[in-house]
Amino acid sequence: MKIETHHDQFEPPSFIGTLLRKLHVDIPLFICLSLASLLSFVILYSAGSQDMGVLNRQGARIILAFVFMIVLAHIDPYQFKRYSALLFGIGLFLLLAVLLMGQTALGAQRWLNLGFFRFQPSEMIKITTPMTIAWYLSGHPLPPRPKQLLIASILILVPTFLIAKQPDLGTAILVASSGAGVLFFAGLSWWFMTGILASLAALTPVLWHFMHDYQRARVRTFLNPEADPLGRGYHIIQSKIAIGSGGIHGKGWLGSTQSELDFLPESSTDFIFAVFAEEFGLFGCLGLLFLYLLIISRCLYIASQTRDTYCRLLASSLAFTFFVYVFVNIGMVIGVLPVVGVPLPLISYGGTSIVTLLSGFGILMSIHTHKKPLHH
Amino acid sequence: MSGFYSFKDNQLENNLFLNRIVAAFIAILLLTSGLVIRLIHLQVTGHEHYASLAKDNSIKISPIVPTRGMIYDRHGNILAENTPSYSLEIIPEKTTDIDDTLARLQQLLAISEEKIDLYQKQRKRQKRFTSTPLLLSMTDEEIAKFAVQRPFFPGVDIRQRLVRHYPYGELAAHVVGYVGRINEAEIKTLPPAEYQGSTHVGKLGIESSYETELHGKTGNAEIETNVQARPLNTLNETDAVQGANLYLTLDMDLQKTAYDALGSFNGAVVAIDIKTGGVLVFASRPSFDPNPFVAGIANDAYQALQTSEDQPLFNRALRGLYPPGSTIKPFVALAGLENNTVIAPQHLFCKGYFQLPNVEHQYRCWKKTGHDQVNVNKAIMESCDVYFYQLANMMGIDTMHNFLQKFGFGEKTGIDLVGEKPGLLPSPEWKLAQKKQSWFPGETLITGIGQGLNQVTPLQLARATATLANKGKIVYPFLVDKLVSTTETRPVREPTTDIIPLKTKNVNSIISAMVDVVNNERGTAYAYIFKKDINYQIAGKTGTAQVRGIKQNTVYDENKIEFKYRDHALFIAFAPTDDPKIAVAVIAENGGHGGTIAAPIAAKVIRQYLRQ
Repeated sequence: MKIETHHDQFEPPSFIGTLLRKLHVDIPLFICLSLASLLSFVILYSAGSQDMGVLNRQGARIILAFVFMIVLAHIDPYQFKRYSALLFGIGLFLLLAVLLMGQTALGAQRWLNLGFFRFQPSEMIKITTPMTIAWYLSGHPLPPRPKQLLIASILILVPTFLIAKQPDLGTAILVASSGAGVLFFAGLSWWFMTGILASLAALTPVLWHFMHDYQRARVRTFLNPEADPLGRGYHIIQSKIAIGSGGIHGKGWLGSTQSELDFLPESSTDFIFAVFAEEFGLFGCLGLLFLYLLIISRCLYIASQTRDTYCRLLASSLAFTFFVYVFVNIGMVIGVLPVVGVPLPLISYGGTSIVTLLSGFGILMSIHTHKKPLHH
Repeated sequence: MSGFYSFKDNQLENNLFLNRIVAAFIAILLLTSGLVIRLIHLQVTGHEHYASLAKDNSIKISPIVPTRGMIYDRHGNILAENTPSYSLEIIPEKTTDIDDTLARLQQLLAISEEKIDLYQKQRKRQKRFTSTPLLLSMTDEEIAKFAVQRPFFPGVDIRQRLVRHYPYGELAAHVVGYVGRINEAEIKTLPPAEYQGSTHVGKLGIESSYETELHGKTGNAEIETNVQARPLNTLNETDAVQGANLYLTLDMDLQKTAYDALGSFNGAVVAIDIKTGGVLVFASRPSFDPNPFVAGIANDAYQALQTSEDQPLFNRALRGLYPPGSTIKPFVALAGLENNTVIAPQHLFCKGYFQLPNVEHQYRCWKKTGHDQVNVNKAIMESCDVYFYQLANMMGIDTMHNFLQKFGFGEKTGIDLVGEKPGLLPSPEWKLAQKKQSWFPGETLITGIGQGLNQVTPLQLARATATLANKGKIVYPFLVDKLVSTTETRPVREPTTDIIPLKTKNVNSIISAMVDVVNNERGTAYAYIFKKDINYQIAGKTGTAQVRGIKQNTVYDENKIEFKYRDHALFIAFAPTDDPKIAVAVIAENGGHGGTIAAPIAAKVIRQYLRQ
């Protein structure tokens, strides 16, 4: 077992550097996240029809999310590992509670009303699932054996199923991929993964059978949006019009006609990328993708620099999930994936998702800044 | 390494993990490249396509509806105007449930099923997010009732619109006509761009024949809209050209006099300004109120108008076909003189009837005892039938037909109204072609007294009279004198100089005979026209047209015959004789003798016009 020294890399000599290190903040990640948050304000101002109320609420959420991030960055990763299973259990319990007595919004039961705060347990599950899988697998030699694989799969599928039942397909996908990410980084054999993908493809008709009508409709729409241009295909068509009309250079900030004139639905939330693409064009999109890649690279780098199994499985899975987030959202907005309710991470308005996201980055920072062997 | 689970090989795990990180990173880069390729496809390759779609999305062309032109009579009295009226309008897309909304409105305002149907039809053919009227010209009570309930009717609102109004009502309905809602058939024929925002179109009369001028030109505004089609701002605007105002030659005071003078008789009065051809009076009785047609007349009211025996919707002045009776005699007589069949002083003998050689049938004169020796003057003044039987027989049908045709009999006058009837001036060719029968000599005789197959419209009769008074200078009747638009003021008619070549001597003989009809105590209209107080002379000719043929050896007794089979009373007249200004034709259906009933009506019109 290799014992690492505390200051074996990046070491700012200044006072500020020392302060930041004491704050357990990873500077490259912090800068990228702050940039993305700023970008969120800029686009929301335009997509939300210059409504300062929207910006204020988003600002409050982002501040709360950054507080969460810094607080979590201070917690020793050992504590995460220790409470992984417990937090996961609480999360599952809350999910069940939501299903039984949660509040319905837009036809889906997602929230628990805690009086002062509407709490979405599925957000908590997004983080506790990879934590739990990582905790479970790190107790065994890697790559995982079939028995561990089976148990891990059950641990992933139970919350996924409960969330899909709410129904919230987007979050279910994110939860499943965060768990699957852990398995992948734990060294699940390529053969096995190919087998899983093949059987999933074979199971598609069965999956279709269990889908809600609206979910089926979304898939149908995805396959042929022009078939119902004023109904279900409308989203995708208007979104493509917005992106395509942006061209290479874009129409400029506040220049989006598609969202400004309300042709593009959900332009502040799930479809905000379309507004971004319309206003900032291909160059803007490439810039945004580059920023996301920077964040993901930094996270993967953090994971690669970590020696502890639990920590690196969790770190890499969080990085991977972040990418899934980006890919699923942009994929659906540009019409290459079916419409599932996944926001554009760090940019979209609303929800508790930004708090969860930055909490994830807080854990990553904690892992990176508490580099010491956890146990033997 | 087949170790047990307590044993961990860190180096192996390390390598495996780093491999996976690299694999994941490569996968992420590949997938991101996929997104980039798609973005290039949308934003570079597809840019033009999507940019045009975005433009279509946000810019709507909205019509600017021109205000319909007004219609005035020759003195500036308003015949058709646009008055503000409140209508109940619905934007179906803004209601929660259009059928439920209609049902509740129907209950609230007691709207007829028919209006709902009409609305439904109109709704189906309109664009999305268009406001369509359900009720026009709402009463104050209806407005108040709805105003209270308004919060419960999203998408329903009261709007002010300009609605066509005809202040004179039935008095000029047949001339001015009316506008009504555009129907299915009209949609196909009207230019779509011009009528985008219009709800009404001229259906009858001047409103119909001058539709293009009255309607004006529709402008348009390019309006940037949001997805609810709510206008945000106007990018580009082409103003509408307002409809032109029309000034008619009609004199409404005179029209009223004529219409009232017809009294209880159905019939028509047409008066023409001889100098110009401008129609001064164009009355058809009974008439109807055109105002209900604008909002959409109720079906039972319309049925009542349609099925009424008096046919109020029928424009008698323009389309009524009557035998001219003795009013044709001056023209037949002139034909005889012009063709040298007779000369003015030449006498023919009337013994009360006329027989063709070798034919039993007696063609009777109205005066059983006969007129004895008759010349042209006496024949017209006393309306001797036998004189005209003989004249027609001597002249022959072809000569007579060709001459009468010059005065416009059997042809449309070309007045600026749609639906005019040409009437019928029979000829052997016509009979052979239409009826596949040869011409009988007897038909020539009865044509000579305006009976038989002869059919004229009151307008034709007035026009022929005006042309005669004008000594052969043809009068072309018209209604619209002047068109005043924002860009121009122009007369609608070019003056014409068409002349029927006539010998002054012959025309004067006929006119003096017509003067005698009114002014000689033996004249058929002498007793019925009061002329002591006027300093000019009126010339005229009475006519009595048989509605049903009288059998040989029977006597026509007005009192014994059912009203609808009584003779039509006709009278043509013009004045002053030395400088003719006005020509009048009067037909009072089933009025009996022309002199008694029709002549006083014509005299009233003439006297009032010349007093001005």
